[in-house]
Amino acid sequence: MSPFDVHAIRRRFPILERRFAAGGGPAEAPEGTGLVWLDAAATSQKPEPVLRAMDRFLRTSNANARRSVHRLAGEATDALEGARRRVAGWLGAGEDEIVFVRGTTEAINLVAWSYGRMTLREGDVVLVSEMEHHANIVPWQIIAGERGARVVPVPLADGIAVDLDALERLLAHERVRIVAMTHASNVLGTINDVARITQLARAAGAISVIDGAQAVPHGAVDVRSLGADFYAFSSHKVYGPTGIGALYGRRDLLHSMPPWQGGGDMIRRVSFSGTSFADPPQRFEAGTPDIMGAVGLHAALDFIDSIGQEAIRTHEADITAHALTALAAVPGLRLYGPDRPRSKDRIGVFSFALDGVHPHDAATVLDTLGIAVRAGHHCAQPLMTRLGVPALLRASIAMHTTRDEIDALVAGLDRVRELLG
Amino acid sequence: MTDDLADLYRELLMDHSRDPRNQGVPDRIDRRAEGDNPLCGDRVTVLLELEDGRIVDARFDATACAICTASASMMTERVRGLTIAEAARLFGAFRALLTGEPVPGADDALPDPDLGDAAALAGVRRFPMRVKCATLPWHVLGDALGPQAGAGAGA
Repeated sequence: MSPFDVHAIRRRFPILERRFAAGGGPAEAPEGTGLVWLDAAATSQKPEPVLRAMDRFLRTSNANARRSVHRLAGEATDALEGARRRVAGWLGAGEDEIVFVRGTTEAINLVAWSYGRMTLREGDVVLVSEMEHHANIVPWQIIAGERGARVVPVPLADGIAVDLDALERLLAHERVRIVAMTHASNVLGTINDVARITQLARAAGAISVIDGAQAVPHGAVDVRSLGADFYAFSSHKVYGPTGIGALYGRRDLLHSMPPWQGGGDMIRRVSFSGTSFADPPQRFEAGTPDIMGAVGLHAALDFIDSIGQEAIRTHEADITAHALTALAAVPGLRLYGPDRPRSKDRIGVFSFALDGVHPHDAATVLDTLGIAVRAGHHCAQPLMTRLGVPALLRASIAMHTTRDEIDALVAGLDRVRELLG
Repeated sequence: MTDDLADLYRELLMDHSRDPRNQGVPDRIDRRAEGDNPLCGDRVTVLLELEDGRIVDARFDATACAICTASASMMTERVRGLTIAEAARLFGAFRALLTGEPVPGADDALPDPDLGDAAALAGVRRFPMRVKCATLPWHVLGDALGPQAGAGAGA
């Protein structure tokens, strides 16, 4: 599919055919207003090939993986392991370094409960940044609390990016074991300098855990060139289904780690006198995995490649530049995050406040126009506190976003001000 | 502007949200409760002065959307002078208005309580995602009044 044709791409997403009665209400309306999906950072919509792949798997190959010897079991196992190879290739990792999990949150919990619990001692420190999602704060608080360690936030420079000087100072003065940071902020849209962060962490003898939930949908990620020790992402934000995600873990680290959940699949031999565990990644995959989800994720990555990551990035950079210009012209709008569109600095996530209007009220007005945005604290309450706001509106783009949709948002914001300002 | 939206953000609601009544603190704080909606981060504090089981003064503080702020303003206005049981019954009627479910105890031959300005929040019914915004202050009031307020306000 080349050159990039956003309208052709939109036709691959069935949900974009939905129409709402203009002015809200739950009713369907064939002639109504279209869906403007600007909540991609919360979850992506699913293209036809992903839906078809999951449907086909359930219709023709459904079985439990890694168990029985019949043909369907073989097909299910191939589907699961094929997806693992696909994800490994996607991240530049070995396939034995990819653990399937429910999503980014579970991936971070896995690292906390296995690696963190094994490593952290009284007085140790886990560094997180002020812009982290709760998923990259709370698991560390729980495990640090249990081990007598502390979770220390690294401040932001100008409220936009992780302050690398402050990170360096903290690494020099605290006994830091783990540096847990996001690749791209789900609120600010900032892309952090992860290669530099992991380098600083390594030099200080700490390991790095990178939350890639927002970064993976918007560009190629190579965990080796980033220098990440652990890297996590969720399928549902990259056009795949909910319920599955992947954790990359450096091979030697995964081998050194104890299991965090017990059950079938993760064992070598079980007896009442003692149980031995499987090698990674199976060691960390107790119970029947989400095979259908793995199939969907595989199809989603194929879909992205069929369009081209570079083409998607170029398109999203164009929409981002347009959005930043259009939003800057809205009276009383304050943007939180980088205001320059350079795609190496930011993703297409735009959080903002409107003078005198609460985000929830604005979001309800936009919803009646078919425009879906997020309003609230975005699971980043410490960041909201840092920015001094109770809540923000957030518009976030995907490969199928058009300039017209950004213009519809801006017109919607005019309506908001008319009604509530 | 559309009818549902006009009905939601009607003049009276906007008036209460732009110029909320009963913010601040009562002369004497007998009861205090705080509540938030973890989904969106809205936060409401209710402060009560009670005498002989009656609400003498009701005040609030909110970091919240227009619907929640207006609801708290209308509620504190309406419950002043009521007994705890009366306030609880009013919450039942208010919730029924927003959800379309029957008023609890509607068969006990008492007339439906008069909600005052709070009746203007009926438009929220068309926006199920926002019902919690309108009921949050009432839940906090129920917490402030304690178990005596009964099922009508505590749930």
